[in-house]
Amino acid sequence: MTEAIVVLLLVIAAGWPLGHYLAAVMRGAPMHGDRVFGVIEKPVYRLLGVDPSEGMTWKAYAAAFLASNAILGVLAWVVFMTQAWLPLNPNGAPNMRWDLALHTAVSFLTNTNQQHYSGQAQLSHLAQMTGIVGLQVVTPMMGLALVVATLRGLFGGRTPPSASAQATVGDVDVGNYWADVVRPSVRVMLPLCLLWSVLLTWQGVPSTLDGGPVATPVDASAGMAAQKIPLGPVAPMVAAKQIGTNGGGWYGPNSAVPLENPTPLSNLLEMVAILLIPVAITFMVGAFTERRRFSALVFGTMLLMSLVSGSAAIWSEGHSATASDIAVMEGKETRFGAGSSALWAAVTTQTSNGSVNAMHDSLAPLTGLVTIANMLVNGIWGGIGCGLQQFIVYLLLGVFLAGLMTGRTPELFGRKIEAHEVKLLAVLVLLQPLVLLGFTAVTLAVPELTGNSNPGFHAISQVFYEFTSAFANNGSGFEGLGDATAWWNLSTTLLLVLGRYPALLIPLAIAASLARKRVTPEGIGTLQVETPTFALTLVAVIVILTLLQFMPILVLGPIADHLALSAP
Amino acid sequence: MSTTPAHAAPRGHHALLDAAGLRTAIIASFVKLLPQHAFRNPVMAVVWLGTLLAAGLTIAGLTSRGLGWTVTALLLVTVLFANFAEAVAEARGRGQAASLRRARKDLVARRVPSEGYTIAATTIPAADLRVGDLVAISAGELVPADGEIVKGLATINESAVTGESAPVLREAGTDRSGVIGGTKVLSDEIVVRITAEPGHSFLDRMIGLVEGASRQRTPNEIALGLLLLTMTLTFLIVVITLPFLAGFVGATLDPLLLVALLVCLIPTTIGGLLPAIGIAGMNRALAANVLAKSGKAVEVAGDIDVLLLDKTGTITHGDRQATAFHALAGVDPAALREAAMLASLADPTPEGKSIVQLARDPSRAIEEPPHARFVAFTAQTRMSGVDLAGDGTRPRCIRKGASDAIARHVEALGGEVPTELAARVEQVARRGATPLVVADGRHVLGVVELSDVVKHGIKAKFAHMRAMGIRTVMITGDNPLTAAAIAAEAGVDDVVAEARPEDKLARIREEQARGRLVAMVGDGTNDAPALAQADVGLAMNAGTQAAKEAGNMVDLDSDPAKLLEVVEVGKQQLITRGALTTFSLANDVSKYFAILPALFAGAIPSMAALNVMQLSSPANAVVAALVFNAIIIPLLIPLALRGVRFRPSGATALLRRNMLVYGVGGIALPFVAIKLIDLLLAAVFGA
Repeated sequence: MTEAIVVLLLVIAAGWPLGHYLAAVMRGAPMHGDRVFGVIEKPVYRLLGVDPSEGMTWKAYAAAFLASNAILGVLAWVVFMTQAWLPLNPNGAPNMRWDLALHTAVSFLTNTNQQHYSGQAQLSHLAQMTGIVGLQVVTPMMGLALVVATLRGLFGGRTPPSASAQATVGDVDVGNYWADVVRPSVRVMLPLCLLWSVLLTWQGVPSTLDGGPVATPVDASAGMAAQKIPLGPVAPMVAAKQIGTNGGGWYGPNSAVPLENPTPLSNLLEMVAILLIPVAITFMVGAFTERRRFSALVFGTMLLMSLVSGSAAIWSEGHSATASDIAVMEGKETRFGAGSSALWAAVTTQTSNGSVNAMHDSLAPLTGLVTIANMLVNGIWGGIGCGLQQFIVYLLLGVFLAGLMTGRTPELFGRKIEAHEVKLLAVLVLLQPLVLLGFTAVTLAVPELTGNSNPGFHAISQVFYEFTSAFANNGSGFEGLGDATAWWNLSTTLLLVLGRYPALLIPLAIAASLARKRVTPEGIGTLQVETPTFALTLVAVIVILTLLQFMPILVLGPIADHLALSAP
Repeated sequence: MSTTPAHAAPRGHHALLDAAGLRTAIIASFVKLLPQHAFRNPVMAVVWLGTLLAAGLTIAGLTSRGLGWTVTALLLVTVLFANFAEAVAEARGRGQAASLRRARKDLVARRVPSEGYTIAATTIPAADLRVGDLVAISAGELVPADGEIVKGLATINESAVTGESAPVLREAGTDRSGVIGGTKVLSDEIVVRITAEPGHSFLDRMIGLVEGASRQRTPNEIALGLLLLTMTLTFLIVVITLPFLAGFVGATLDPLLLVALLVCLIPTTIGGLLPAIGIAGMNRALAANVLAKSGKAVEVAGDIDVLLLDKTGTITHGDRQATAFHALAGVDPAALREAAMLASLADPTPEGKSIVQLARDPSRAIEEPPHARFVAFTAQTRMSGVDLAGDGTRPRCIRKGASDAIARHVEALGGEVPTELAARVEQVARRGATPLVVADGRHVLGVVELSDVVKHGIKAKFAHMRAMGIRTVMITGDNPLTAAAIAAEAGVDDVVAEARPEDKLARIREEQARGRLVAMVGDGTNDAPALAQADVGLAMNAGTQAAKEAGNMVDLDSDPAKLLEVVEVGKQQLITRGALTTFSLANDVSKYFAILPALFAGAIPSMAALNVMQLSSPANAVVAALVFNAIIIPLLIPLALRGVRFRPSGATALLRRNMLVYGVGGIALPFVAIKLIDLLLAAVFGA
């Protein structure tokens, strides 16, 4: 519990200034450091052939986002399939099969980092440093860009044509995509990654381009004559994986491996890194939109949900009926123990990070329930950009219901939510159960597809977790699935795409549609969203919405699992 | 004036429906089972299909017969209840219209050639009347069609339209000259100019509106409908995938229970009541004697930010009354009185009449002076008066009018305007009264004070609006002093003085440019552009035809403060939708706890731990949940028709209250209700 409090205080203390700095970076006005960072940024813009000051409509913005993703995705895919022939491959990793490479490329492109491979054995240094770390740095900033563009839209677009509140004819300017990606990458992401690389290297995380030594096991009974210890530039990748809500580790077992997470301090540093930018974004919102109370709403709502979910996970892991079992330490690192594992599990699923320091398969069933619920909500902090974007979706839904209950046709920040916006929201609301329940049902209906290590209720949890993690762009695995099959690779690839692009683009489209409407000034009759009453309403909407759709599968998975294990 | 006070209690209709209406509604509930109607409402269509599926499963022997038919019956009843809710709402509206229709079938009109008809009238069927025809109507006769009184005054019973039995006074040449077809003249005789073609009167429109066919769904209703459809599809996915998940752990689920689960989860409560809420909104507006031309207009009224009101007839009674004479120094007060009375004898306006009333000696009959030539008021001269030819006496030329007009008139005659006049005029204006200056020849005699009396209770209404977040703006042609005084007395938030008709339109556009939704209340022809421009234009029924056509609502009582009630109806309608949606979704939590344990009872015994309500048996649990699901619809019909109470408090307070009642209550209530129904079932049929 102490650890949880220390992490939270550190994150808030660091997130507050970082959030304000982020707001300044995203606003794009002249600021300190322009000259220094310009040295990197200007050549990048020249290389891309873009003018960073040019405004874009939401359609142009979305097109630029999709185009940049398509190009990066294909490049990464090709690198993974040809790495054996490319340089920087001291451990002799072979070329990846096309479907595994496709899944891996899409997984990192969507800021998910779901891994159906083991990095230390199956990726070359070149693949790790370009296809993996490169995407780990830039994709979170794409999420940030999209949410910032959406915020601009919600408040009428950048530099509205006049001060009048009359409806605008054309699509508004939601910003410049290239500037929105390059500026935070150079000014926020890279410096933070550098800082964390140094800190982690100091704590003993490997940082080398060598392949690593061969050691002789101390315990001869292991039956191994020698063991290859794969090393590499691990520290920079771990820094990027945690800072950028990525989660994909150098090693298969992720941050449970001492080489990725050697000390209690590194554990603390990594947990702070996981939460840092997602929390900072809640502070950015207020400064960016010049509505401090909006920040209070986002931060307060997310904090409330985070505390409840974190406490539930820690309680369940330590005190629930199934936690007292002797097998409770199976799949967990003895160095961290049950409490720290549960805390990490809660935090990594709240933020759509997906790195793990224990196998989630081995968590008490109710802790597993908490992690799945976190990913289903996907807006308790959430991934960088995506979390706030999902929050905006909930906000729109919450405002629709709450607005009605105050006797006005629903409006957010003075702009009316009408049938067109509801139609777009409906796509997002429907997509989640359709995809998650649909794929889980198909997979379970054909047991050969599942590749489960467990039968029964636990297997339902395993399969559902895998799809949920993919769709939430979380990337953590429940593990215990033989998931490097064509079925898993291709089905989750589809879910990765469906979980990323509609979730980022539809809110932008809604914001752009709202931006064109006339703004009603807020009065005493208008719904105030920045109040505790609305925040609680919003939490209720989020919880009930999630609970209602997924109650049956959660009952058949983790809850039945729990009931079966706790039965006398 | 016997128009209904706006705050009067809702009239009549204390019971939901009378026996005949109930019978009609029950028949309609079954008629609405036909596909062409049933599939207009997707939520209930799913229930209807579920009913057929349940029946099919039972017939095919795929489930136990007893439970199968019970579930089928309960689902059918659920659909019927939803249909009934809609039918009741329609029947209530139609109830008012139908009696009118009967009355209209054999209406006759006595058409006359001119106002002061001398030739005997021709009696023709009302259906043959055309716009512009003149008809005479005497006491005891029915008004054959909508029109305006051009001559005379009468007391009229409008209860056929408004439900209000107290007679109202309608008079030619006033703000209240409109009459409605089908209403009954109680006294006197009037001549009416017909303003609506047969079949296109307000009543005809009203009948069309309350009959579902011509009812268009409002924008918010469409948006909410989409959301409900989404929820329905979501639960369809949940239920369709469930057997595959359960099959993986070796559990076979009873398809009948899956149908029951689906129907319990989809938002049937709000889905079943949504059409009724919309129709009831129109009906409630109608019960307030406001005829909305569309449901959208009522809905928009709930969002109004600014209300523009004409002062005259709206905030004040409009017919300004002479309340005092102020003779200038050295002028005999009696001379002023006499001159003012002579100048007003032939003045048909209420002001003129009130001057005569105040000036005359009650003990003496008024004698019209011989050889008098009356000078009518014109917009150019802005004066009226009388020229008396000499009959032994010297000729006199008496005028009354605005102070600047009289001053010009007197100066033109070579007279001098006393310096005292300006002070007197301002003194009167400062009190919020209108000064009228009287001159005899080139001598200014003094000032008549015309007071415009602010309507009783109007201040409280504006305070009420302010509490709702609506700003009131008074528009008047008065000078700024008078305007400010009246504004202060009435408690409006803002005032536009010395306004010309086009200023109204400009002000509305200006408010709209700032993003505000504007309501405008008006009655005159020059209000028509403003009424059309406003987001909500409430025209007075007694007003001109142009105004009525331009507005999107007509107040049959011609009471401008009525907008307040329309605003409340609009808000109530939205709150009712939001509250029942919240309630409907919140209900699902407990229904899960009733049905999921029942669903898995056979295959997964440990699931019994989820039976938190300790329901007596799986079959009883399912039946109890379905009974609750069905019966809640008729139980909430009164709420849907009446609307959730709106209190003009801040939005946050409203939200808190409604979330507690319909959100928290929506979660808790069904736990209790389902448990009680289960206890009853167990007691009657056993576990």
